[in-house]
Amino acid sequence: MANRNEHFVADFSEDSVVVDAVRIDDRPSNLWYDAWRDARKRPMFYISGVLIVLVALVALFPGLFTNVAPNDNCQLANSSGGPMLGHPLGFTRQGCDIYSRIIYGTSTSLSVGLIVTVMTTIMGVLAGAIAGFYGKWVDAVLSRIGDIFFSIPYILAAVVIMSVFSQYRNVWVISAAIGFFAWPSTARVLRAEILRVKNSDFVMASTAIGVSRFTILMRHVLPNSVAPVIVITTISLAAAIVAEATLSFLGVGLPSTTMSWGNDISQAQVDLRTAPMILVWPSLALSITVLAFIMMGEVVRDALDPKARSSR
Amino acid sequence: MNDTPLLSVRDLQIEFPNQNGAVKAVAGVSFDLFAGQTLAIVGESGSGKSTTAHAIINLLPGNGRIAGGSVTFDGRELVGLDPRELEKVRGQQIGFVPQDPMSNLNPVWSVGFQVEEAIRANGIATEKNAVRAAAIDVLQKAGLSDAERRLKQFPHQFSGGMRQRVLIGIGLSAKPKLLIADEPTSALDVTVQRGILDHLDDLTKDSGTAVILITHDLGLAVERAESVVVMYRGKIVESGPSLEILQNPQHPYTKRLVAAAPSLASRRIGAGASASKPAETDVDAQESAPVAISVKNLSKTFSIRGTGFKSTQFTAVNDVSFDIHRGSTTALVGESGSGKSTVAKLLMGLETPTSGQIHIDGRDVGNLNKHQMLALRRRMQPVFQDPYGSLDPLYNIANTIAEPMLTHKVGDRASRTARVRELLDQVSLPQSIATRYPSELSGGQRQRVAIARALALKPDILILDEAVSALDVLVQAQILDLLAQLQDELRLTYLFITHDLAVVRMIADNVCVMSKGQIVEAGRTNDIFDNPREEYTRNLLDAIPGANIKLGL
Repeated sequence: MANRNEHFVADFSEDSVVVDAVRIDDRPSNLWYDAWRDARKRPMFYISGVLIVLVALVALFPGLFTNVAPNDNCQLANSSGGPMLGHPLGFTRQGCDIYSRIIYGTSTSLSVGLIVTVMTTIMGVLAGAIAGFYGKWVDAVLSRIGDIFFSIPYILAAVVIMSVFSQYRNVWVISAAIGFFAWPSTARVLRAEILRVKNSDFVMASTAIGVSRFTILMRHVLPNSVAPVIVITTISLAAAIVAEATLSFLGVGLPSTTMSWGNDISQAQVDLRTAPMILVWPSLALSITVLAFIMMGEVVRDALDPKARSSR
Repeated sequence: MNDTPLLSVRDLQIEFPNQNGAVKAVAGVSFDLFAGQTLAIVGESGSGKSTTAHAIINLLPGNGRIAGGSVTFDGRELVGLDPRELEKVRGQQIGFVPQDPMSNLNPVWSVGFQVEEAIRANGIATEKNAVRAAAIDVLQKAGLSDAERRLKQFPHQFSGGMRQRVLIGIGLSAKPKLLIADEPTSALDVTVQRGILDHLDDLTKDSGTAVILITHDLGLAVERAESVVVMYRGKIVESGPSLEILQNPQHPYTKRLVAAAPSLASRRIGAGASASKPAETDVDAQESAPVAISVKNLSKTFSIRGTGFKSTQFTAVNDVSFDIHRGSTTALVGESGSGKSTVAKLLMGLETPTSGQIHIDGRDVGNLNKHQMLALRRRMQPVFQDPYGSLDPLYNIANTIAEPMLTHKVGDRASRTARVRELLDQVSLPQSIATRYPSELSGGQRQRVAIARALALKPDILILDEAVSALDVLVQAQILDLLAQLQDELRLTYLFITHDLAVVRMIADNVCVMSKGQIVEAGRTNDIFDNPREEYTRNLLDAIPGANIKLGL
């Protein structure tokens, strides 16, 4: 058969071939830098960020946002009244200013969210890291304990605990009641991630160098496993705020004298048909806050996932 | 004789859009393929060779798109063809064999189901019994005995080679005019590779099918294809009849590729290659050096979980003995599952031996306490196969290289920093990368970092576990040169574990060939290569692609 393919040589200059030249761009990059750079390109990051900062400011300095004290000056004449000058959202059944109550209730809701998150993260990270990294019977014991807690719905468990400790209803007790049953999900996620990372070659490389097991866990395995935990953290903060509201609504949460969105929603239910706005406003505050944290969780998750990054 | 090509690719351009515009993966590729011919596309990873082949049948991943040019197949333009029309071309007229036989069969369906599915989709047969008969025929042609029973089996019951045969069978089931094989054997052992490629040759010769073979191995390309296309950074740098390309390369890239192809080279780089003294005396000198590593009757048995509570014993390493003299390189060669990596892990103390002894510099490793073990680890350092996995992605390069010094509490902060600089120089990396992260480096550069880390404590022994296997040929050559140079300078002892016999010839003084946990043959590299005594070794050597091609340079 005739050879019908000509010998073709592309134009070249002698130095046109570079093997494995070092090409680095001007900014260092690793997972966290890249995620930060990516997050800043997302509109959701700014929307949720602004909302979270706003909620935090309201919780810390409620006086900046309203000059109406929430519980002074409640006049039954204003009972379930509509908006009027200085009272933009109207009045509750007791004649108290709704806007002011929402502003002053923020710190309660947010504190519960923060305390629960810190608690579940500490317990979850400890249990997940130890179970995942050391494996064997330690893993079996910790994972089964986690499963037991996981199998009890944490709202149900919190209802029971709050009923038992009915005389100690404060922010700390309610947070503990929620957090004590919510940590297994964090532990599970981290354990799975640790199982993946601990089989990486760089862990074997460190072992062969002579690095001790515990140092490997702290130095290499944990930092490479925490990304999903951070995602779950933002979402669990939102879930804890909802849980507090639920417990307060059921009447086993914070005492009715404490201002919280859950209590406001609970007290508004009797007026649902006559003055629905009393229920709507605190619910809206709750929804927007929860939404902001969940949106932030999504942004962080996408920013940390190189696949989600490149597909945009 | 028909003079129009079966497939004609003209000025093909392929882009992958991203945030900053578009990355051109293929920039103006043109070639012709005539009926019944085999064409090989050769290039390093990222050269656009697979992308080109995928574009022909529009199998571009994700957001890739053809930005220009034309692909004419059998007188028909394929670029911009209606997807439904293209589906008829795919499979029926152009078959495709994917790269990874492990992930390209669906594990939840029986092999027979998947073969029958392909047969039905390609319209070879529609009636139930006919489909079944055709499926049996495909498996028989794929060289599987008792095809009827095999049809009911699932992919995990097939070996990698058998799966690839099935995939080739599926690709050829519709008797296509063209078969595109994308690195069909790069995940397989050399002997299996040869079997598969012979089989592919037979089938396509019989049916007159043209083949596009995509490979990174120039030796393989020249051995199997009439013409070769060499791609580099999305462009064709050289193409033509394969022997001519090999014997008379023009483009500097091709020249370097030919010079570096391990399957074609036969010299020992570094120590043994020094022109002043003959290699033989060199080896003798090495043998008078003290023994650095001595392994005696080493065995390792794993218990694998069987059915129920029973567990079965599996002997990964069976009565292995060898000595390595200081300053020399011994290669441990074998196919996957031969137990060579287990030997490395036993040496490094990552696994405990079931029986037998390991002596490092005359000291029994088995009786060391924790403290002595740590001291031993200072003297013996590993370099692993996967340059992407062996560096912590969150650790910058300086910290990565300094980690062994930190662990063994060597020096203070300033002296460690100075040592990191020195090491970066030794492995020819610029010092500016010290503050960078592994994700910014290429595979070869990461492997240099891994070598620098291994050298940080000034060890005597390096255990190189497939240390160059994942690298492109030219990069591999650079790393092998670096290793040889470091051995000369620092008098290092290497245990080089690899499946690639071609690389062994370039780096090793002595070879141990392993099979099924045992050493079947051991000796000086030249003796083994020139004069293999065992059938097993001979088969391994014959299977190196391009081994029998005369370079004629």
